[in-house]
Amino acid sequence: MITRFLLSNMDKRGYAFLAIVAAIGLLVPLANLLMPAGSPLHVSTATMSLWGKYLCYALLAISLDLVWGYCGILSLGHGAFFALGGYAMGMYLMRQIGSRGVYGNPVLPDFMVFLNWQELPWYWYGFSSFPFAMLMVLAVPGLLAFVFGWFAFRSRVTGVYLSIITQALTYALLLAFFRNDMGFGGNNGLTDFKDILGFNVQAQGTRAALFAMTCVMLISGFLIARGIVTSKLGKVVIAIRDAESRTRFLGYRVDRFKLFVFTVSACMAGVAGALYVPQVGIINPSEFAPANSIETVIWVAVGGRGSLVGAALGAVVVNWAKTVFTSGFMAPYWLFALGALFVFVTLFMPKGILGTAQGWWESRKRPAPVPAPEPAPAE
Amino acid sequence: MPFLFSFLRLLAVVMALLAVPTIALAQAAEDAFTRLGADSFSDTARAIDILVQSAHPNAAVVIEALADGRLLAGGGAVAVKTKEGGFLDARTGQALTAAPAGLNAVRLNNNVRRVIQGALGGLGLINPDPGKRVAAAEAVFRARDVSVLPVLEAAIAKETDNRARRALREAQAAILIAKTDAPPFDRIAAVDVLRERGDQDALATLRALPGDASPGLKEAQARAIAEIEGKLALWRAGQNLWYGLSLGSVLLLAAIGLAITFGVMGVINMAHGEMVMLGAYTTFIVQEVIRARFPGLFDWSLAIAIPAAFIVAGAVGVAIERGVIRFLYGRPLETLLATWGISLILQQAVRTAFGPTNREVGAPAFMSGAFELGGLAITWNRLWIIVFAALVFAALLAILKLTPMGLQMRAVTQNRRMASAMGIRTGRIDALTFGLGSGVAGLAGVALSQIDNVSPNLGQSYIIDSFMVVVFGGVGNLWGTLISAMSLGVANKLLEPYAGAVLGKIALLVFIILFIQKRPRGLFALKGRAVEA
Amino acid sequence: MNAPTPGALTSSLLYLDGVSVSFDGFKAIRGLSLTIEPGEMRAIIGPNGAGKTTMMDIITGKTRPDEGTVMFGGSVDLTRLDEAAIANLGIGRKFQKPTVFDFHTIEDNILLALKSKRSVLKTLFWQTESQQQKRIDEILGIIKLTDKRERLAGSLSHGQKQWLEIGMLLAQDPKLLLVDEPAAGMTDGETAQTAVLLKEIAKDHSVIVVEHDMGFIRELGVKVTVLHEGSVLAEGPLDQVSANERVVEVYLGR
Repeated sequence: MITRFLLSNMDKRGYAFLAIVAAIGLLVPLANLLMPAGSPLHVSTATMSLWGKYLCYALLAISLDLVWGYCGILSLGHGAFFALGGYAMGMYLMRQIGSRGVYGNPVLPDFMVFLNWQELPWYWYGFSSFPFAMLMVLAVPGLLAFVFGWFAFRSRVTGVYLSIITQALTYALLLAFFRNDMGFGGNNGLTDFKDILGFNVQAQGTRAALFAMTCVMLISGFLIARGIVTSKLGKVVIAIRDAESRTRFLGYRVDRFKLFVFTVSACMAGVAGALYVPQVGIINPSEFAPANSIETVIWVAVGGRGSLVGAALGAVVVNWAKTVFTSGFMAPYWLFALGALFVFVTLFMPKGILGTAQGWWESRKRPAPVPAPEPAPAE
Repeated sequence: MPFLFSFLRLLAVVMALLAVPTIALAQAAEDAFTRLGADSFSDTARAIDILVQSAHPNAAVVIEALADGRLLAGGGAVAVKTKEGGFLDARTGQALTAAPAGLNAVRLNNNVRRVIQGALGGLGLINPDPGKRVAAAEAVFRARDVSVLPVLEAAIAKETDNRARRALREAQAAILIAKTDAPPFDRIAAVDVLRERGDQDALATLRALPGDASPGLKEAQARAIAEIEGKLALWRAGQNLWYGLSLGSVLLLAAIGLAITFGVMGVINMAHGEMVMLGAYTTFIVQEVIRARFPGLFDWSLAIAIPAAFIVAGAVGVAIERGVIRFLYGRPLETLLATWGISLILQQAVRTAFGPTNREVGAPAFMSGAFELGGLAITWNRLWIIVFAALVFAALLAILKLTPMGLQMRAVTQNRRMASAMGIRTGRIDALTFGLGSGVAGLAGVALSQIDNVSPNLGQSYIIDSFMVVVFGGVGNLWGTLISAMSLGVANKLLEPYAGAVLGKIALLVFIILFIQKRPRGLFALKGRAVEA
Repeated sequence: MNAPTPGALTSSLLYLDGVSVSFDGFKAIRGLSLTIEPGEMRAIIGPNGAGKTTMMDIITGKTRPDEGTVMFGGSVDLTRLDEAAIANLGIGRKFQKPTVFDFHTIEDNILLALKSKRSVLKTLFWQTESQQQKRIDEILGIIKLTDKRERLAGSLSHGQKQWLEIGMLLAQDPKLLLVDEPAAGMTDGETAQTAVLLKEIAKDHSVIVVEHDMGFIRELGVKVTVLHEGSVLAEGPLDQVSANERVVEVYLGR
């Protein structure tokens, strides 16, 4: 049943996406590990980690597209779920440092020793275990999304109001994680990681494995999201996006459907964050910044919301452009470009790269298209 | 012996006050100068007392120099190094041509410093200027030097100025309360004097009551402490309330433009904070021009900046509306994204033009400084910002209620299609509304330039707070925005002492998130079927 | 005549008594009482602002009445339930302005409406059974959209959307249908066909039709209730009602 759930209704574009990600996940680590450094086929570890980061963002974008593109919930706080997943992973990595920290304390991370803490806070218990930490990667963002969504959707907070309170949520978390006495390293966050599952995080082999793992999770995330949006539940969710009260009059409990999608999406964002942290080597409160969450929205918009492949594509394209832009003489102009991108996409490409390309392709194939319905109302 | 000594001293002081110089006093002064050269803390302390009592003409100069470490002594000679770097003979007050050789600075310890404090106070107590006498009494109050008591009592006896008399009495009380051999009745009376004074210093003095106190005195002390603490707590609450109102008026200024654009057009303008920033930078430019060309007008710089900021921010607002937002009506979430993009562009443009660092905006004379109102410390800039916020609010209310444009704006808020059918050009109203909202944000920028850093990130730090104010207050209702801004400002400042600034803010954010669940459309929302449509 | 005996309370499908609701002081419904028997078809007419749409909002749970009783099936208090629960009880509603899911195909619109378990998990692992597919095909035939089943609903004409919505009501298979102005914006031919369709539906469902079009009501040939200023002005066969002096006064002005 699961296979059918994941693979039914897969279209050509979906298969192409899966094939490409699988190929990257296999070939890039091999090119990194097996090819000699001088070879044109060699992929440097830095490049691989950079693309690993893009792919984490792609997973985050898919998770956001699930709620925004399909359910019409514009979350301006998805960065919070990403960061929470990242912190859960970061806590595991901190506990793996053991007595190799600067202060050599076998239990307490360096920043706690620095703050004169005597014992580990209770919420750090268990994070030395990898399975427990992975459970938390899913459970913490999921639980927050569930509680938040349960209140918000039940009381029918919609549209811009919902967007604003999701933004307030991530802002509140930003402020909270900046505090030293929260026990998450304050301003500096968690860093100086040593091992993951006994392997050195800095080692080339570990990096390659992390990259491959990111591809695996991206594929899984894509399949799950795809399974959801092509199921009847997906049709209900789209119906909610387009005509919420009509869906209610058909007897669907709109709040529960939203809550389901929102929670699944938050878990997915948490996984993306967890994969991001060991590849980037640090997690700090700035990941909670509202601006990050809004940037995620623009990746999805650029790629084409309401299309999972588009969301992933948008994340990779925008972040690749950001890297190219900010590393050269154009660096001061990156924010101009990003800002212009926001305006341009909303004004001229409401369907994103993929949707626009598809529309262009179809109009070439069929000279007289059926009258397309008005663009989806965003609420 | 102590008794005899006190008596002699009292005698000496009385004679000094009567300004009858005697040989004995001259000899006493000579003794003092000898003691200053002895390099012993106790001798130095004694020397100070003697100088005060002998009313030596140079006493003030010498003691002040001692306090600053400018008094040099050695081999019987005593010299004062002036602040300008010259030297005086301490005995005669005459300038010395060369720096005296072999002299060392007279050393101080805490006890000597305390004696100096009291002595300076004692010297000032007989100053002809009442203001100086009050200051001297304050110094004595803090030093609580028992040796000044006789001078103090003599001064009280002939004091005519009410304010100075009270200050002197308070100083006396501060000494008496700690004086174990004073008559018990006087000490209890002293407690009362301190209780009436009722400030932090009085509290500290009361708390320092020696352990010997009689039960009656202790009871009086406890009562006085409780009363002062109660009064001070009330003042503190008042001060926090004031800070809250001040923060509230800043929030009101920042949010009210947003309330208009959001209320009338249903548009979330993420670039609103950048309009505030533009207003602040306009103020900066206006000031730069005035500094360079018309320095005499500096005190008017803010008054000139107000219309300038309104026009600049308003014009940018109209441009944004005509250029981007009008293509996105009915798609609020897209508007949100596009305006966010605009905010990035504006920030980066300002960063490119003015640099990423903070710019200095000066305060005109009438906005600097502070004054005290009872137990409240009130800074002029905060007061003016509250006044300014109130004026802006009143002006907006008047525009909405009294002008044809306001009528049309309200019509569009309530029923866009009907208004359009009535012949109102909704496009023009939208542009004007957006311009008005942005212009008001520019005004907020003028005010914020006085209390915050003028940097490209200025707007970012206010945008979320502004949203919270608008959402909490309810859309389409200026009074709601006012009440919301003030209650959030006050709640924030009242929470701060207990929870700390950050936790207080988090608590408020969580509160608003929960509040929206209960009342999704804010405190004062429009009701009925019209809203559902 | 609209005060039912206690016995009728249990037998009637829908029972409204003394219902009032106001918005910001404006009384949209005042003391409205109405009963619908099982299998009955009722037409409701009234000038603009008579409270027709608000009445439907109250029955379907969108608006809570300030006072009064709203009972369904003799025992269920509708004022305590939300829209989804009321829909699942078997009350279907067609809106004045046709509301279909523009970005779904016509077939998916029907599928979404099709009577089935509405829970999250049931829909996530949904499999359309052959019997259900047969029912969908049947409905597509009834509303004459079989050949357009793969088209997006947003591309349909106004009249076709009205029919799709009626099709969705059929798929819901409710005990009671609330139909708001089904003939609005239709050509005469379409109006006549809609009347036939509704009469077909009324054979095994209770139906409340709100309509302005007197010709359409005449074609339905059912009992008529006239609403005015939020309460019942007259009730009976169309001929009798339209002869009522007060009704004439309300419709033609004083």
